[in-house]
Amino acid sequence: MFTRERRRLLISTVSRSSDLTEALTERVRAAAAETRPLCIVGGDTKAFHGRSAVGERLEMAGHRGVVDYEPSELVITARAGTPLLEIEALLARNAQMLAFEPPILGPSSTLGGVVASGFSGSRRPFAGAVRDSVLGVTVLNGKGETLRLGGTVFKNVAGFDGFRLMAGALGCLGVLLEVSIRVAPSPAAETSRSFELDWPQAQAMITALMRRPVPLSGAAHDGQRLHLRLSGALGAVKATAVEIGGQEAPETFWFDLRHRRLAPLAQPRLWRLSVPRTATLPELPGSWLRDWAGGEIWLDSEAPSERVRAIASDVGGHATLYRGAKPNEAVFTPLPDGLFALHRRLKAAFDPAGIFNPGRMYEGL
Amino acid sequence: MLDQFDDRVDPIFVPIDRARLIAALTPLLGADGLVTQAEGMRVYETDGLAAYRGMPAVVALPRDVGEVRAVLKACSDLGVPVVARGAGTGLSGGALPSPGCVLLSLSRMSRILAIDPEARTARVQPGVRNLAISDAVAQFGLFYAPDPSSQLACSIGGNVAENAGGVHCLKYGLTVHNIQKLDVVTIYGETLTLGGDGFDTPGFDLTALMTGSEGLLAVVTEITVRLLPTPTHAQVMLAAFADVRHAGEAVAAIIAAGIIPAGLEMMDRLALGAAEAHTHAGYPTDAAAILLCELDGADGDVGAELARVAAVCEASGATQVRLARDEDQRKLFWAGRKGAFPAMGRLAPDYYCIDGTIPRRRLPDVLEAIERLSGEHGLAVANVFHAGDGNLHPLILYDANRDGEIERAEALGGAILELCVAMGGTITGEHGVGREKINQMCVQFSSAEIETFFAIKAAFDPAGLLNPGKAIPTLARCAEYGAMHVHAGKAAFAHLDRF
Repeated sequence: MFTRERRRLLISTVSRSSDLTEALTERVRAAAAETRPLCIVGGDTKAFHGRSAVGERLEMAGHRGVVDYEPSELVITARAGTPLLEIEALLARNAQMLAFEPPILGPSSTLGGVVASGFSGSRRPFAGAVRDSVLGVTVLNGKGETLRLGGTVFKNVAGFDGFRLMAGALGCLGVLLEVSIRVAPSPAAETSRSFELDWPQAQAMITALMRRPVPLSGAAHDGQRLHLRLSGALGAVKATAVEIGGQEAPETFWFDLRHRRLAPLAQPRLWRLSVPRTATLPELPGSWLRDWAGGEIWLDSEAPSERVRAIASDVGGHATLYRGAKPNEAVFTPLPDGLFALHRRLKAAFDPAGIFNPGRMYEGL
Repeated sequence: MLDQFDDRVDPIFVPIDRARLIAALTPLLGADGLVTQAEGMRVYETDGLAAYRGMPAVVALPRDVGEVRAVLKACSDLGVPVVARGAGTGLSGGALPSPGCVLLSLSRMSRILAIDPEARTARVQPGVRNLAISDAVAQFGLFYAPDPSSQLACSIGGNVAENAGGVHCLKYGLTVHNIQKLDVVTIYGETLTLGGDGFDTPGFDLTALMTGSEGLLAVVTEITVRLLPTPTHAQVMLAAFADVRHAGEAVAAIIAAGIIPAGLEMMDRLALGAAEAHTHAGYPTDAAAILLCELDGADGDVGAELARVAAVCEASGATQVRLARDEDQRKLFWAGRKGAFPAMGRLAPDYYCIDGTIPRRRLPDVLEAIERLSGEHGLAVANVFHAGDGNLHPLILYDANRDGEIERAEALGGAILELCVAMGGTITGEHGVGREKINQMCVQFSSAEIETFFAIKAAFDPAGLLNPGKAIPTLARCAEYGAMHVHAGKAAFAHLDRF
């Protein structure tokens, strides 16, 4: 506890004006006392995602600033409202990066927002997801208590991994105040190749490549072409590029894919299917783009929800109505009863009054 | 000693009549599935932390998930605590039987169910040995990355329970990063599937929550692990230093240079001397510390990066930098490191292995502080550890036959863990809290945080039957421990900067 007070003191001398912990704590306590729902808002770039938000807005963007960053520790700790662009720029100056390659859907997009959404980019199959990079969080629970879960070191098995639970929880469990994220060195070399292959051929090529120690960092198919990205040590990148051939492809493809700017991803009603990357799927009912070596499919389809969900669940995956859900339409694949009951109990463990983003993920959660 | 449970500060269950328990479990498990005689239960009395001992009421040996479900449901109905156990190699007393418990050994569920080289996964039962997975998939050019030093014996179910690490974590991650799907059975006997065959699942990330939960939330009955392609080339470098500080500084400098070694290990003079006498690995015994740095990847890249590591080490004051000249010598360098723990037998009759993590840049300060604590407690400490992760393994040398030494070793261990917390680290990097570090949890976490952990547990196990008295201390225990450890309003390590 002494540790924490001292730490807070140090932080406050760096950028006092942007630490809103006290004000946020008071807001949460007041809301909890009256059981008033709160809608947690970071950079407000992902309001389209999830079921409709209810409650008064709890603005996080003012709670910002990097709290600690020492490149040799491979970790950055920042307040949840810190813009991702600021974090990425700081890391880039030190030849480091966020390994999970988060999509940045607008300049205001925040660290807390991307952790809460659980969004990961094209590196996901090769470098892990958001939850793999989160080392610790400071979070306000539904009683307005500040909890520090996890820490700032990579190897840490003290206490349950409540911090990883925050990744992708859509703010249903608490208000993220600070996040410590593991960072990775930027690759020394990177190149992109593209191939005119249909999906079954592309899938076979990806599968064969992934069985070998090659420096793959992206594998996506836009419906016409397979795009492969290689990142890592110079020798391995060069040798693999020569071996696989293909055409040199512009890096902009990966940039646009990462930030979800490619045309197929701009559809007003868009599905995201998460499936085993080696699964064989039937013909998809609409136009699609495959990322994550085939494990993530963006689908523009007018097919009924049940059909889209069945396509994913038949191969052991799930489908999310990423954007364009009608009011009260299910967004995420429903959970089996036992698991859903467990979700409700876990939510109550963090947020007994049920005030954080109620119904954003599932009705009744 | 902490193997004694205390009903004032530990959750204790009123023991039920043993004959009634045996009568309830016998029909569920078959004649050879239940151990009830004291001599048969003796092997389950302790895990890898052999100083802690306790006897269970009975030992259950289920053969399949159906039997696991039946045993758990029966224990839930009877209100009997359950302690799950893998291979019993854990070092924190996590599988120590609590009073009156059913010790649930998963050792008979030891089959590899499926290997899918295309998806790079293997589906296994919890009793499968860690190394058996890598052995079984080697024919496909794949391996399972987490490699705790007990990998020859430890089970994958135990690895999930502890979120086990190993030498190669820095590059390849912990258990949580290398599994994708779990079947677990709750205390009610209900099976839940967490995670899936894709890269994510809807809802909360319960696979992550379950990993490292030390048998407090549910019992793991099936695991789908992720496999990685075996690197084509690996090379190891040995760097010797005349000053431990310089070795510590070199570790941070290597990472700062943007290099992620496959393994980056450190041994101090005491440890490397004993290891050399034990294994004859060719270590320079006149050094104050050595680093072993392994890089893997494509042939040319490994050479180029090792040259950079060598330059960094020399700039940090290395007195000697040596590459393993061939594969045999590479293996020998590692054999010395892996044999370091047994080699401690040359220095003292007993050793107590501590496990904390600190921020890398604090290594030099922490090693000096450990040396000071070692002097204060009058017990020698050897250091062999995962330096790249800042994961310390101070080995406290003692003699259990000398009066009071084991208690002094326990006290020194506790002091080192509190030092780790004060330095911004954690009381356990890979061994788990178990029973051993239950008091130090009170130093690392606030009351609200501990209550949150109990609330998470209650979401799975409201009666608290699964592995009671482990991993999370009661607030009563913290109050008592805190009163013991703060004297005259002075916290421990008051002279250190804390952040």
